[in-house]
Amino acid sequence: MNMKIKGPAIKFGNNIDTDVILPGKYMTLVDPYDLAKHALESLDPAFPEKAKKGVIVVGGKNFGCGSSREQAPLALKYSGVKCVLAESFARIFFRNAINIGLPVIECKGISSAVETGDELAVDFEAGKIENVSKGKSFQVKKLPPFILEILSDGGLIENLRRRMNKK
Amino acid sequence: MNITEKILAKASGKKTVHPGEIADANVDMIMVHDLTGPLAVEAFKKIGVQKVWDNQKVVMILDHQVPAESVKAAELHKTMRQFAKDQKLRIYDVGKGGICHQVMPEKGHVIPGTVIVGADSHTCTYGAFGAFATGIGSTEAAAVFATGKIWLKVPEAIKVNVTGQFQKYVTPKDLILSIIGRIGADGAIYKSAEFTGPTIKSMSMSGRMTLCNMAVEMGAKNGIIEPDETTRKFLEGRTSKALPNFESLKSDKDAVYERTVEFDVSKMEPQIACPSSVDNVKPVSEVGNVPIEQAFIGSCTNGRIEDLRLAAQVLKGKHVKDGVRALVIPASQEVYHQALSEGLMEIFTDAGAMICGSACGPCLGGHIGLLAAGETCVSTSNRNFIGRMGSTQASVFLASPATVAASAITGKVTDPRKLEAKA
Repeated sequence: MNMKIKGPAIKFGNNIDTDVILPGKYMTLVDPYDLAKHALESLDPAFPEKAKKGVIVVGGKNFGCGSSREQAPLALKYSGVKCVLAESFARIFFRNAINIGLPVIECKGISSAVETGDELAVDFEAGKIENVSKGKSFQVKKLPPFILEILSDGGLIENLRRRMNKK
Repeated sequence: MNITEKILAKASGKKTVHPGEIADANVDMIMVHDLTGPLAVEAFKKIGVQKVWDNQKVVMILDHQVPAESVKAAELHKTMRQFAKDQKLRIYDVGKGGICHQVMPEKGHVIPGTVIVGADSHTCTYGAFGAFATGIGSTEAAAVFATGKIWLKVPEAIKVNVTGQFQKYVTPKDLILSIIGRIGADGAIYKSAEFTGPTIKSMSMSGRMTLCNMAVEMGAKNGIIEPDETTRKFLEGRTSKALPNFESLKSDKDAVYERTVEFDVSKMEPQIACPSSVDNVKPVSEVGNVPIEQAFIGSCTNGRIEDLRLAAQVLKGKHVKDGVRALVIPASQEVYHQALSEGLMEIFTDAGAMICGSACGPCLGGHIGLLAAGETCVSTSNRNFIGRMGSTQASVFLASPATVAASAITGKVTDPRKLEAKA
């Protein structure tokens, strides 16, 4: 994974739950690109289309709360979401996203500093988030090295495969 | 240390642990179900390990989309059965178990003091037995299949101290809704919620499970209750494993909590979570006139025998209002059998309620009992998010079995105490 990314923001509110990210009725879909067609459609039916060009989702508090379904971050990742920035995350979503190689960063104050359409730049290793459109930047708590390692490997399975084969 | 810290210290081979530190914990039991299991199986195969780390510690349960409602679901179930066969895993198939969080304790897979992870967010239910239990995703489950280990950040703890005696028709469900209403949907993110106090000590396992089940609805990593004689009695005859000394699982007098919140249930009214968030809670008496189309009694939150008894007590000799579909789903085959033998099923069928097989049912909107646009359901389940039970234009209210049963009779959201006063 590239540790520096750029893209336009799409902003959502507080408590975005995994049922609205990917409704239960699609849970039997296996292909992640099929899941992606329904990402966040309950809130914005056009989201999957908008995300295609590669976007950064910005959320409020408790992003990804509710069901443990990994299909939710998978749907976001394969719809074209490069990264999710939020005031805070529900813990299972946070872990799931890292584990499938979708970067997520907790960033206090991000939701009031970003509007949909703003161009953002994120540097994971430096822990730096920049709103290029508004000329504002944030220094966030860096992800711990073992999480950065999982992300740079592309997910937990790839990370585990590399580590277990090394033994 | 508090009970959660004691369990995590032991599981990671340390004398003590502190909030914020990462514990590399040994897992005692892992559970996956039919919506998260197939992805876990697929991920496990990619790791390149042949066998799961310990086939006695992996349990598979089919409960979300059972019996298979589509060919796609049938294919996913087939994947799970094959994996269970190849790896010699315990699998609770259709008709052999029920909802995972009911089956795990019933079948003796939940032991106090152990670390249990499950690929389902309501895995926190097992904290009712004094286990550290938390939800994980499918990929993480695959990693646990391979290694038997998981990294866990030791959580800060919130102590929820509960006193007082419940009034008639006020239940642990009303208490947990009230707690979530006060703490908020994100008020306990990353944290442990430890339920304690005289009301908890005198509460049945069923009620304790309802409390811990919904800990995740305020963001908690785990809900937990110190095990005691009530716990021991429930486990008797269900497991052949040695139980730990429960004294070692008591939180120390000087245990540290981020904060303590106090609840007195003695004057508590029946509570209800209004659409579309679990913390949008008020007394049932304050919601006004809300007509309903569906009433659902079941789920891992409230599908146990005590819940069905309570609903039957309200529904006995009454009729489900025309225009309302009432669905009753016992949480497991064991609960189903018990309800049959107590004559509860007669009461439900005579009232005009439909009894469905033990499974998750309408709770997650993936299978039976979905809602159309504009429809409203009052439900004993745990989530009322937009689109959770079908249409994104439908509404879900969350309440106790007594409130749901009373509402089924009147055709609108109803305080069960009012219904009784009228009768």
